[in-house]
Amino acid sequence: MESMLHITTLHYLVLGAGLFLLGVIGVLTRRNVVIVLMSIELILNAVNLNLVAFSRMWGGLHGQVFAIFIITDAAAEAAVGLGILIAFFRNKETVNIDEVNLLKW
Amino acid sequence: MTPVATPFFFYLLSGIMLIGGILVITRKNPVHSALALIVTLLAQASIYLMLYAPFVAGVQIILYAGGIMVLFLFVIMLVSIDRSMKERQFNSQWVAGLVAATALGGLFIGVYTKGTSIFPEHAPSVVADNNTQEVAKLLYGQYMFAFEIASLLLLVAIIGAVVMAKKRI
Repeated sequence: MESMLHITTLHYLVLGAGLFLLGVIGVLTRRNVVIVLMSIELILNAVNLNLVAFSRMWGGLHGQVFAIFIITDAAAEAAVGLGILIAFFRNKETVNIDEVNLLKW
Repeated sequence: MTPVATPFFFYLLSGIMLIGGILVITRKNPVHSALALIVTLLAQASIYLMLYAPFVAGVQIILYAGGIMVLFLFVIMLVSIDRSMKERQFNSQWVAGLVAATALGGLFIGVYTKGTSIFPEHAPSVVADNNTQEVAKLLYGQYMFAFEIASLLLLVAIIGAVVMAKKRI
């Protein structure tokens, strides 16, 4: 009970792991491309949470700087991913990821 | 300033985050998923505040909840969701999903139960009260090169998004 009431780095890591798992499950099982991209955002956020928690643990700010870089990366990824999604929807009239199979052999 | 009722707010916010995450991956309508994701992101921004990272919290709200999610909502409006909402929402890979989830979860649990002794019990009480300035000093000093690379990445992403979404180049 004592460990439940004192919030340590480990608590934040467990929360980040939970978010990461939710994102992985979403990426693996959903068929809608938009929701797959949102699950990737969940994964990136879990990583960010861990980085900021470690930054707090060590008392430095390097983790926060890394979190900002990852947010930049997430913005770039979302822009390109959604552009690909629009191109795909224009060609196939669907957002179902199972129909993205042109490169499959 | 000493924090007040940290455990209460931590569990409240993590509950909101996890429920929001579950809603993101289970809702049929992508708009509902996007709204749940916004709730998750806002709760996470509050958790950043609890971790004494106000600048990252602000960036999270402005960039993630304000910018990226608006982009998502625009794209959801552009593609028609009527057809996909009538279809099956989950593919037949739930076995793979289950295996990956248990493997990853087991790994995390193993690391965390073993890692309790590695992580210090108490976080350092020294907190920079000029967080934004310190972050800026690191960003424009030690991480200058990475910063420039990030700007290049954003340029490439802009060009890539335009090229992808354009009908005829």
